[in-house]
Amino acid sequence: MSDYTKMWSSIGLDLKGHDALLSVLGNAYSDIFLSQKNRPQGMKYFDFVMSEVHGLRIKELMDAKAQGRKVIGSYCVFVPEELVLAVDGVAVGLCAGAEFNFEGAETLLPRNTCSLIKAAFGFKLGKVCPYLEASDVVVGENTCDGKKKAYEIFGPLVKDLYVMDLPQTKSEMGRALLKEEYRKFIKKLEKVSGKKVTVASLKKAVEIVNAKRKAVKRLAAIRAADPAPISGLDALLVNQVFFHDDPIRFTDSVNNLCDELDHRVKNGTGVFPKGTTRVVVSGCPMAVPNWKLPMLIESSKAVIVGEESCVGERGSRFLTEVKGNTLDEILDSITDRYFNIDCAVFTPNPSRCDYVKEMTKKLHARGVIHYSLQFCQPYLMESGPVEKELETSGIPTLRLETDYNQEDAGQLKTRIEAFFERIKRK
Amino acid sequence: MRYAGIDIGSRTIKLAVIENGRLVLSRKSATSHNPLEMAQDLMDDAVFDVITATGYGRHLIRGHLACPVITEITAFVLGARFFSTSCGSILDIGGQDTKAISLDNEGNLCKFEMNDRCAAGTGRFLEVMATVLGFTLEEFSAAALSAKRAVKINSMCTVFAESEVVSLTSQGAKRNEVALGIHKAIVSRSACLLKRVAPMEKIFFAGGVALNDCVKILLENEMGRPVFVPPDPQIVGAIGAALSASEDV
Ligand code: SF4
Ligand code: SF4
Repeated sequence: MSDYTKMWSSIGLDLKGHDALLSVLGNAYSDIFLSQKNRPQGMKYFDFVMSEVHGLRIKELMDAKAQGRKVIGSYCVFVPEELVLAVDGVAVGLCAGAEFNFEGAETLLPRNTCSLIKAAFGFKLGKVCPYLEASDVVVGENTCDGKKKAYEIFGPLVKDLYVMDLPQTKSEMGRALLKEEYRKFIKKLEKVSGKKVTVASLKKAVEIVNAKRKAVKRLAAIRAADPAPISGLDALLVNQVFFHDDPIRFTDSVNNLCDELDHRVKNGTGVFPKGTTRVVVSGCPMAVPNWKLPMLIESSKAVIVGEESCVGERGSRFLTEVKGNTLDEILDSITDRYFNIDCAVFTPNPSRCDYVKEMTKKLHARGVIHYSLQFCQPYLMESGPVEKELETSGIPTLRLETDYNQEDAGQLKTRIEAFFERIKRK
Repeated sequence: MRYAGIDIGSRTIKLAVIENGRLVLSRKSATSHNPLEMAQDLMDDAVFDVITATGYGRHLIRGHLACPVITEITAFVLGARFFSTSCGSILDIGGQDTKAISLDNEGNLCKFEMNDRCAAGTGRFLEVMATVLGFTLEEFSAAALSAKRAVKINSMCTVFAESEVVSLTSQGAKRNEVALGIHKAIVSRSACLLKRVAPMEKIFFAGGVALNDCVKILLENEMGRPVFVPPDPQIVGAIGAALSASEDV
C-alpha cells in the first residue's frame, strides 16, 4: 500500500482515529471475507477496491476535484446519481456502517437513534471518513423522522449540506413533488459545478447508471442457481462497492464476475454444497462495514441468495427507461424510476412485501430474515405486517432487530440457527 | 444405543442419557467460570454412545468433542414432546433468558421469541430479588402465594428493581406483598413474550423458574390456559438434545 498520510491530512482527517478505523476494517475484512472458501476469482477486484477504499479511490476523487469536478455525497438511494453524472460530478454513497465514536454522536443525538445516523455523526465528528471530507456537497433527504431532524443538526458540521424533500405517499402529488425536487437539485448541481445539464449529458449519465444497475441485476439473477455460485457476503460487498466505485470500471468488474459465475452455474460448482439452506434478507440497508448479520447467517450452514434492501435489489432493480428527447421528458423518466423505490418511509408500502415474495420464489429461498436496525421506526413498524403476510403465504420468516455492536452476536446466532432448524424440519 | 444430551446453560449444565426411549441418567451442576471443565466432569463416568450439545455454550464444547449441536429452541421442542404431546406452546425461563415457542399441529417448531439482551425477568432476577428480601427461593414463592395483594414493581432491570425493592421495604411495605409484586412482574413479562408467538392449548413450562409454584399459578391466570410443568423442568433441553441424535439415526 502506498503512503496516503499526506493526502489524508490534507483533507482534514484525524490520523489517529482514522488509523484505528482502518485497522478494525482491515481485520474484519480478512476475518470475514478472505477466510471464505471457494470464492470466485472475480472477487479479487473487490478485495483490491476494499484494500484501497481509503487510498486509491480517494486519490481518484482528489484528482477529479483537481480537474474541477465536484464530489457529491449522499445517504439515500433517492438521490439520483444520473443528475450528478450529468454535471460531470462524482457521486459517492456515504456509508455509515460502523460503530465509531458513538459517544461523540450521542452528545448531539438522543441515545435511541438508529446506528446508521449515529455512525454518520460519529464519522463526521471523529473526522475519519475521507469520502465525507472530500464531498463538496452532502445531500440529505427528508425520509424517516430520524434523518430529517438529524440533518438539521448535521448542517452546521459540513461545508455544504443540501436537503431535498421527499414524498411519503405514492400519489400524483407525491410524484410531482419528487420531480420538482429533482429539478431543484439540478439547479443546485449546476450552480456548484458551473456546468449545465443537457439532453446529451443526461442521456449519457442515464446510460452509465443503467449499465451499472443492469450488471448488479445480472448478478442478482445468477444467484438463483443451486449450488450458490457466490456467497451472500461477497454479493453484498459488490452491492456496497456499488456506492463509491467508479461506475464504469465497477460495471465491467461486475460483468466479469458474472461471466465467471455463469461458468460456475454451468459446471454446477458453487461456494456451498448443493441443497444448502437458502434465505433472502430483507430490511434496512447494510452499509460498509456492517457485515455482522450476513456473517452470522453464512456461518450457520446457510447461504443468502438475495438482499431486499437499498444496498441490494430495492436500490438497484429499477432501470430508467428514457421516454422522449427533451430535458423535461428525461427528467420525467428519471422521476418515474425513483418513484418505484419501495422504502418503508412510504405509506402504504405494499409493493415491498410483494417483491420479497417474488424474490423468495425466483431465488428458490426457503425463508426470509427480516433485518431492522434498532430504533429504525419505519422498518421495525413494517416488519410485523411483513412477517405476517409472508408467513401466511407459507414463507417462514425470522424478524431480527439489532445494531452495529457485537454484544448480541451469541443471541442472534441462536435465533438464526433455530430458524434454520425450523426450516429444515419442515 | 445410549443417547446423551448436554445442555450448557448460563447458570447450570445438564446432562441426560436416553436409552430405549427412557431417561436413564440425569445430572446437573453449576456452570461456574469454567463451563468446559464442568461439562467434562459431568460426562466423566457417564456411559453413552453419542452426544449432542445444546444451550448457549453449545459451540464451546464442539472444539473439544466431535459432537453435533442444536439450538436450545429445537432442543426444547423435542424435549417437551418427551414429556407431553398435548402442549401447543412452550415457555422456558432459565437463568439468563426466557424463550417462548409455539408449535404447529404436528408438534414442530412454528414461532419463537427470546427476551432481549439483559437478564430482566429471568431466573437470575428472581434469585437476586429473593436475596434482597431475605428469602430462600422456596420461601420466596411461598411468601408470594400467601400475600393477599401485590405491591407493584415498576422496574424490571435487576439493578433498578433491587433498589426499588429496598426502598419499598424500608417504607414499610410487607415482604410477602412485595414478593407477589415481583412474581407478577415476571409473569406479565413472560406472558407478553408468549402472546407474541400466539400460544395454543396447554403451555409447557420448562427451565429452573418452572419449579416456582407462584409463577406457574400466576401464569395460568394470566394466560387463561393450563400450564404443565414436567417432573424435572431443568432437564428438558438436555433430553431434547439427546433425542435429536436418536431421531437422526
Ligand atoms: S431505506 Fe429509505 S431512507 Fe434509507 S436509503 Fe433506502 S430509500 Fe433511503
Ligand atoms: S435505518 Fe431507519 S431510522 Fe435509520 S436512517 Fe434508515 S430509515 Fe431512518
